[in-house]
Amino acid sequence: MQLLSKTKTGINGLDEITMGGLPRGRPTLICGGPGCGKTLMALEFIVKGATLYNEPGVFMAFEEKAEELATNVASLGFDLDKLQRNKKLRIDYVHIDRTEVEETGEYDLNGLFIRLDHAIKNIGAKRVVLDTIENLFAGLTNQAVLRAELRRLFQWLKDKGVTSIITGEKGQGTLTRHSLEEYVSDCVIFLDHRIVSQVSTRRLKIIKYRGSLHGTNEYPFLIDEEGITILPVTSLKLDKNVSTKRISTGVPSLDDMFGGKGFYKGSSILVSGSAGTGKTSIAGSFANETCMRKEKCMFFAFEESPQQILRNMKSIGLDLTKHVKKGLLEFHSFRPGLYGLEMHLARMYKLVKKFKPEVVILDPITNFVSVGLLAEVNSMLLRLIDGFQSEGITLMLTALNSGTTEHIDENVSSLVDTWILVRDIERDGERNRGIYIMKSRGMKHSNQVREFIIGSKGLDLIEVFRDDNDEVLIGSARKARQKEKMAQTGQNGNGQFKARIKK
Amino acid sequence: MAKQEKKWELRLYVAGKTPKSVAALNNLKKYCETHLKGQYRIEVIDLLKKPQLAEGDQIFAIPTLVRKVPEPIRKIIGDLSNEEKVLVGLNIRSLNEV
Repeated sequence: MQLLSKTKTGINGLDEITMGGLPRGRPTLICGGPGCGKTLMALEFIVKGATLYNEPGVFMAFEEKAEELATNVASLGFDLDKLQRNKKLRIDYVHIDRTEVEETGEYDLNGLFIRLDHAIKNIGAKRVVLDTIENLFAGLTNQAVLRAELRRLFQWLKDKGVTSIITGEKGQGTLTRHSLEEYVSDCVIFLDHRIVSQVSTRRLKIIKYRGSLHGTNEYPFLIDEEGITILPVTSLKLDKNVSTKRISTGVPSLDDMFGGKGFYKGSSILVSGSAGTGKTSIAGSFANETCMRKEKCMFFAFEESPQQILRNMKSIGLDLTKHVKKGLLEFHSFRPGLYGLEMHLARMYKLVKKFKPEVVILDPITNFVSVGLLAEVNSMLLRLIDGFQSEGITLMLTALNSGTTEHIDENVSSLVDTWILVRDIERDGERNRGIYIMKSRGMKHSNQVREFIIGSKGLDLIEVFRDDNDEVLIGSARKARQKEKMAQTGQNGNGQFKARIKK
Repeated sequence: MAKQEKKWELRLYVAGKTPKSVAALNNLKKYCETHLKGQYRIEVIDLLKKPQLAEGDQIFAIPTLVRKVPEPIRKIIGDLSNEEKVLVGLNIRSLNEV
């Protein structure tokens, strides 16, 4: 039994989804609407083939001239001119203008075959792209001849043994305007550029792949300065390796609440709370601690700019700037409305893959609700958590929770390993913060509420003071009662607190 | 049409001696003898022998007749079996003369 042999495309992620690449020596159809990235994907296939796999390629363009193509992709770092000089690439622009051409009597497309054959032989091409061959339909009137010739062309490409990509424009109710999918039946890839709520997302789907397994989902992809990246982040396997190593939260008294050791490495932590409860400060402390251990941390900020965060953290005694300078801490700040959810996921995934941090922080995830429905946000976060955890990354998410917004934290809490809740406690005309550990999987953790204090030296937690009536006192009420009690008895009702004052 | 002083340079692209190519060349010779006697030159290019020439004149169909001179360049694809179309296409005869 012989398995289908495949040709690696070299396009980030595509080879994973297709489980090895495109069918070797056969044509693949890439179709989609205008501006969906067909030409770029086809061109990247050729460029990567020439640069990574030493497989020269012919790009037959029916739409754009060679110079236009070269200019369009120069920003992606593809130097088409150099590849052409080195005989790794040949671009043949086929110009078809109906106004210049008259038809009379019988003809065939042998001219095209000869051109292609000449180009293939010239550089010993292993890859061929025909972009977009459907333009022939606009230039020629005899459709019967055209269809017969296209069928012959695709067979001819197979006989030549070149791996080819044919691009086609999406039609009404068909994959391509002129039903090219009828001729190219080995592998069909569909690209889509959807705009939902004014936010655009590019997606890729493999419609069919004869003789091979392939991923069947729609995969988001992005086009950036490195070309196309497809992110197969939909795998939802629960077989990640778990670590028993513990890492500090960055706040010693918070570590105490987790049995003195902090979080599990590679776990996911949710910090939720209402506005101004210090979620970002907890995240900042954790980032600081990570960098102090000489580990890398990536901080995604969706509310504040990096400068704002750096300044604000400085006010509580955390100097994150030095970590940024050392390259241990990297900030990425953008508004959730900038892209769709999938794009965000894809982008974050890509950045993380490049930077390889030990810790990733997302602050806050609540803002994503502005770009997607709650269910979609949850699905994205689920994949995000799974994706990062499978790489052994410790993930900290912060979430805003208030009476008015939907309770994203409750939805996410089942996905995370540890959930810390910071709550406002209003009493006696002041607002104080109480911190709880709602859950922490697989470890002993405190069930007590602590008073959470943000000072110029950093964060601290203080055990709440219980008076004789078993009433919980915090803030100035605690201080007042404590003084009172100390005056009375010379000691406070709470050993730990006394120790802390001494310190 | 002021065709008296003009020199006609025609180029016929073929791929081997296929019936279509032979028919096209025969048809072309016949029309030229009738309408452009003494003022034309036909160059036949066999792309099987010179494939590198296909790109320059943007040839994709076979046979293709290219009128190089007088400008602008005109192209007619097919076996040239329809005389009227060829003459109009080459601008040897304008539409109102037909």
